[in-house]
Amino acid sequence: MAHSVRRDAPELPDFSLLKRLARDQLIYLLEQLPGRKDLFIEADLMSPLDRIANVTTLKQHDVDKLYKVEHKPIVSTSDQLCFLIRPRIKTVKWICDVVNADKAFGRFRRYKIIFSPQKFYACENLLEEQGIFGDVTTDEWSFYLLPLDDDIISLELPEFFRDYFLEGDQRWVRTAGSALHLLHSVYGPFSKVYGIGRCSKMAYESWREQVEEGEQRARQAEIGNVFLIDRDVDLVTPLCSQVVYEGLVDDIFRIKCGCVEFCPDVTSSDKSIKVMLNSQDKVFNEIRNEHFSQVFGFLSQKARNLQTAYDKRSGMDIKQMKTFVSEELKGLKQEHRLLSLHIGASESMMKKKTKQDFQELLKTEHSLLEGFEIRECISYIEEHINRQVSMVESMRLLCLLSLTENGLLPKDYRSLKAQFLQSYGIEHLLTFSNLKQLGLLVEQQPGETLTVMESRVGKLVNDKTAGKLTDAFSSLAKKSNFRALGRRLNLVPKSDEEYDLRVPRDMAYIFSGAYIPLSCKLIEQVLERDGWTGLEEVTRMLNGHEFAVTAGSNGSDARVKTDSQRIILVMFLGGCTFSEISALRFLGREKGLKFIVVTTAITNSARLLESMLDNHA
Amino acid sequence: PTYPKDLQEEGWPPLMYVTFLKESKRAVNSIRSLVEEEDEEDDVEKVSWSGEPVGSISWSVKETESSIRSTGEVRDQSFPKIHTAPSLPKNSSGYSLSSLFKGKAKTGSFQSFSESFGDPSIRNYAPELRKPKSEYKDYVSDWTPEETVKRMQQGKVYSLEKFRSLQDKLLLLDEAVNAHDGNVITAVLIYLKKSLSKEILFRELITREIALRHYIHYLKEIGEQKLLVELFKSMDRTEDMALMQYRDHLNVRDENKKRDFLKNCLSFPFSPDDATHVQDHYTLLERQIIIESSGQADIFKKYPRKASILNMPIITTLYYSCFYHYGESDGTFSSPANIRKTFRISDKQFLLTCLGARAKLKAWFDVDALFTTKNWLGYTKKRSPIGFHRIVDILQKNNAPVQVLQDYVNLVEDVEQKISLAQKYKCHDVIINTYRDLKDRQQLIVYRGKVERGSSEYRKIEEILSNSVRLWGEVSPRLPLLQS
Repeated sequence: MAHSVRRDAPELPDFSLLKRLARDQLIYLLEQLPGRKDLFIEADLMSPLDRIANVTTLKQHDVDKLYKVEHKPIVSTSDQLCFLIRPRIKTVKWICDVVNADKAFGRFRRYKIIFSPQKFYACENLLEEQGIFGDVTTDEWSFYLLPLDDDIISLELPEFFRDYFLEGDQRWVRTAGSALHLLHSVYGPFSKVYGIGRCSKMAYESWREQVEEGEQRARQAEIGNVFLIDRDVDLVTPLCSQVVYEGLVDDIFRIKCGCVEFCPDVTSSDKSIKVMLNSQDKVFNEIRNEHFSQVFGFLSQKARNLQTAYDKRSGMDIKQMKTFVSEELKGLKQEHRLLSLHIGASESMMKKKTKQDFQELLKTEHSLLEGFEIRECISYIEEHINRQVSMVESMRLLCLLSLTENGLLPKDYRSLKAQFLQSYGIEHLLTFSNLKQLGLLVEQQPGETLTVMESRVGKLVNDKTAGKLTDAFSSLAKKSNFRALGRRLNLVPKSDEEYDLRVPRDMAYIFSGAYIPLSCKLIEQVLERDGWTGLEEVTRMLNGHEFAVTAGSNGSDARVKTDSQRIILVMFLGGCTFSEISALRFLGREKGLKFIVVTTAITNSARLLESMLDNHA
Repeated sequence: PTYPKDLQEEGWPPLMYVTFLKESKRAVNSIRSLVEEEDEEDDVEKVSWSGEPVGSISWSVKETESSIRSTGEVRDQSFPKIHTAPSLPKNSSGYSLSSLFKGKAKTGSFQSFSESFGDPSIRNYAPELRKPKSEYKDYVSDWTPEETVKRMQQGKVYSLEKFRSLQDKLLLLDEAVNAHDGNVITAVLIYLKKSLSKEILFRELITREIALRHYIHYLKEIGEQKLLVELFKSMDRTEDMALMQYRDHLNVRDENKKRDFLKNCLSFPFSPDDATHVQDHYTLLERQIIIESSGQADIFKKYPRKASILNMPIITTLYYSCFYHYGESDGTFSSPANIRKTFRISDKQFLLTCLGARAKLKAWFDVDALFTTKNWLGYTKKRSPIGFHRIVDILQKNNAPVQVLQDYVNLVEDVEQKISLAQKYKCHDVIINTYRDLKDRQQLIVYRGKVERGSSEYRKIEEILSNSVRLWGEVSPRLPLLQS
């Protein structure tokens, strides 16, 4: 809309190839079990599968009936069962039960498990322990990457976040490395890799080893640079309320695998409809990155234009009318359909947000980011809890408070926790324990008040010999140091400045001008500096693990600014939000770059926090 | 923070957006009829097994271009190895490259592979990597820990049988940890679990944090609760142990069994704070079981319950009690007062919950009583631990009539806030009286224009205005007057 677009931004590579690779491999795997078979599909593999194949494809390869994995006894009468699943203990246990039940009935069938994207030894060990190893054949469907849009690729592994950051399980590290390897071999060779975070480092190593193991083919690179980032480098950003259109739609309706289900409330009919949200939707494509407040004006202008286009008919003769119907009408109808949808969605979102006093909520969030009137924020959160309003929202605010303030004062922590348990159930003791483990919601250590901490950080930051003091920082391992980082990187603009959302001046527009997402700011800074030089204080506050490496002996030709050098693949380990993607698109337009976001999953505050819940058996 | 100006001034939703929205809707609706006349062939969607449209999948896939666009010249595209683990366990292998890059990677400067070629250790190492020794070997037993781990990562045949001495087992484990592959780490741990006594394994895991976390996660996933408890115990992680055991209550369905389970939890070594919470949890369920089987029939008939009170949070239980058991004596387990005392519920929280319940029942007399306090002279006064503007909000959300609302609007201290609330909820008397007390003729005249001509409000304003000259004098100073 109002953005100035640099015309020389390079074209994005074509990622549909990835879909085709995945589909071909699946077909190959299905053919490994010849003859008619019933296929059981893990629930959360269904949507990704939908994006790359359809029922016909499967039917053509002798798939008879399709079932969703529901962890219940099965009703299939087929002699061959194929299970398409994630490598999860729970699902494998269920399959063991199915097979052993058959055995008990004296029923003979052939079984095949296809693990996606890979199998784990723990799963195979379970098959062995349950005495069905050998009765069941196993395979791997290396469906690592699902392109969700021209510039978004997802691993569709939402459990990555909990498994790695909470449980400390590195089972997905190699998966991330393999995904990178696939991209490297199809769209590479990459010439530079930047990164921050322990998991990023490990994923880099895993990828590098896989490159060395395989053969290398020389080809023209389509993607030149890669940036890897751990989600826990910046936990503040995904916990903020999203206010750009796509993010808001995700927060409210939950976009699943690039598809959203709009309720009757939006469609103004009696049924819900599923809509694909991507750049193919021309209306959506123009508003997805906009601040919500700008969307109405745009939609209204569009609606008026559409009306004008229709109104042209009035003065037409038969011949003109014919041309109109054959050439323009279809496009107009399509646009009309999309426009009604997005107007309906905007209206419904506004209603919902008004009901929950969104403005007051945003005000509190912004105060937290700014470190302003913290007592008032605490009272607000307290009342939110007391009124038993949405549990996840209360938790989100508590975590934001903790992350921005480097932990809660012990007395606040105790009192807020007690009230939270009273309002939402005492079993959330377990949730609090998880949040603490991950560093999302912690108590300040006694004697280490905020001011003490800040002066310590401040002192170290100014100290030229800070390198020697790294040890002092390792004790701050779980500290977010948000305030100090905010000052260093100018993440929070001064509050007295007016921010014009019509003409955004920086990435802060995605949060109404109140905050530049830390993750995206780091990416901007590193690309600008071509490395981490000058960001030493920042990386120290982020617990280090930063790296920047260049390929090859002939690395000098990487300096040449070819198109591929201006295409940057950013890989988020642990998920990224639509708001961050919008911010990167903005940055790309400003700098004449193109960003491709690869993420383990699209996340938002609700998904992130729900993954911390333990209250299911 | 800086808000968009329109947000600040107009509140949410800003008026402007509403106007836009209305306009857009009108425009779109006006042409809807036209659109719907034509046949909508694009509306016929094929639906896949997960209920999603599949027609949209575009299959215009180009042929693999990778081999075509070969440049002919092979560059050295290898990347340098970087130091990964924060605390590398004893590294038995001599050929780690990490030391080379430790320093430089940290300072953030680029370290290209070529630069490091000056170091002979790399030259020795590089060819070895390209052609692992294992390729030449016939016997699996010859594989070193490094080769074994590598083969496991690549999904090749391997054997762990030969790692029999404790030292070999630990070398294998450390090598797996060095490779950062969680899948392999867990695989090695499964082998160690089978081939080592738990005491020895636990002892070795204490100093191996990464392996330990994998082990804990694995035990959680396969549901080996007992072993986990032993593990935590052996490591003196008593709080983790207590929480781990407490977690199991989620699997108990029957409420009496669950209560007994929770009672059993009371002896676990929780932190002092958590111990209090777990005690509360037990007491709560115990109470809920009692409450569930009591209550007067008539109120349940009038307001049938939507769900059982079992396993609900404390505040929900309090609400329930305020709804169905109001007025019971303090000694009764189901009475609000008893619940409040037992679970140390704050005044504010109690008031909010009680207010919600009584307002829902339209028991305005009870609502009134919640705020009324008597002083020693017997005068009554209304007090609240929460601002009265919030009380008004809550009452309004429960559809309180204007007569009730205005009493509370009147209690709002801030005059501006009072007037804006009164306007929002159409409490004419409050507005008129406030302006009268402020001696604000001008505002009264403006307000007269807003109410219905001839209504009682209208007549009241007329009366005040006609008396005002006599009462206030011609030029009325805007004196803030004390409320009556």
